[in-house]
Amino acid sequence: MLFEQILFFAAGFGAVAGALGVVMLRNPFYSVLALVAHLIALAVLFLLLRADFIAAAQVVVYAGAVMVLYVFVVAYVGGSDEPLRPEAGGLVATLGPVFALALFVEISIAVLGSSLGALDTRGAELGAGFGSPGEIGRLLLTKFLLPFEAASFLLLIAAVAAVLLARKRRGLEEGPDAGGPGGSGLDAALRGATGGRTR
Amino acid sequence: MSTSWFVVLSAFIFCIGAAGVMSRRSPLVILLCLELMLNAGNLALIAFSRMLGNQDGQVFALMVMVVAACEVVIGLGIIVGMFRRRLPIDVDEMSELRG
Repeated sequence: MLFEQILFFAAGFGAVAGALGVVMLRNPFYSVLALVAHLIALAVLFLLLRADFIAAAQVVVYAGAVMVLYVFVVAYVGGSDEPLRPEAGGLVATLGPVFALALFVEISIAVLGSSLGALDTRGAELGAGFGSPGEIGRLLLTKFLLPFEAASFLLLIAAVAAVLLARKRRGLEEGPDAGGPGGSGLDAALRGATGGRTR
Repeated sequence: MSTSWFVVLSAFIFCIGAAGVMSRRSPLVILLCLELMLNAGNLALIAFSRMLGNQDGQVFALMVMVVAACEVVIGLGIIVGMFRRRLPIDVDEMSELRG
């Protein structure tokens, strides 16, 4: 029990520190690294909550794959240091933390003042395989089969959309005569076949 | 540890992310703060799943991770497109949805 509390406070402190680092650090590259630390601390919390498979997926998918994508884009775009406080105006930017604090107070009152009695217990008694990959996989292929298939379609659509968004549009760089609104995919393919790339 | 600890921690992380979305100007950092908020939601889902002894919340958290990955891919694609067209990487100046 004591070990659990120590682990909770260590991981919770790490998660909060990582989150503050994401918001406070000026260089976007350091923000990404702070988010990686935050995600790993969160995975420890998931392990404490007996969500083994989710914790593993968090580390592998999130802290591994998605963050590598972030690092590539930050390196490509060039992480320019921006000033934390916008120089003039920015009413939303100055009032933002105040709103966030008010939101936290509100949610805390809602949670701690709730009449949900089970919130103050450790939770229900769990079976042996709770949160294991086998149990989650069984749920995904029986009870949640339709959401599972919908998620796979969503990922497919996102992959195609990312390729479409990030490809080179030669029509925009060569002037109005090459591209234009009528430039179809076939047109672009023909131009790609006949002429070389300009950049 | 009772469930309230986890839920309050999740609320705190969510509010840090919300403050970041409202106060930062770089779209890259705003996407990172959105990740913070989604992960705080995941933590609350898994905490309630532990409290009820029901694994449906964990499957729901998995779905949230899928949606977050899609959102990251689209958002980063838009940022790369902005960079290609030499537009300023700043949400205040990108307030119009025109090509």
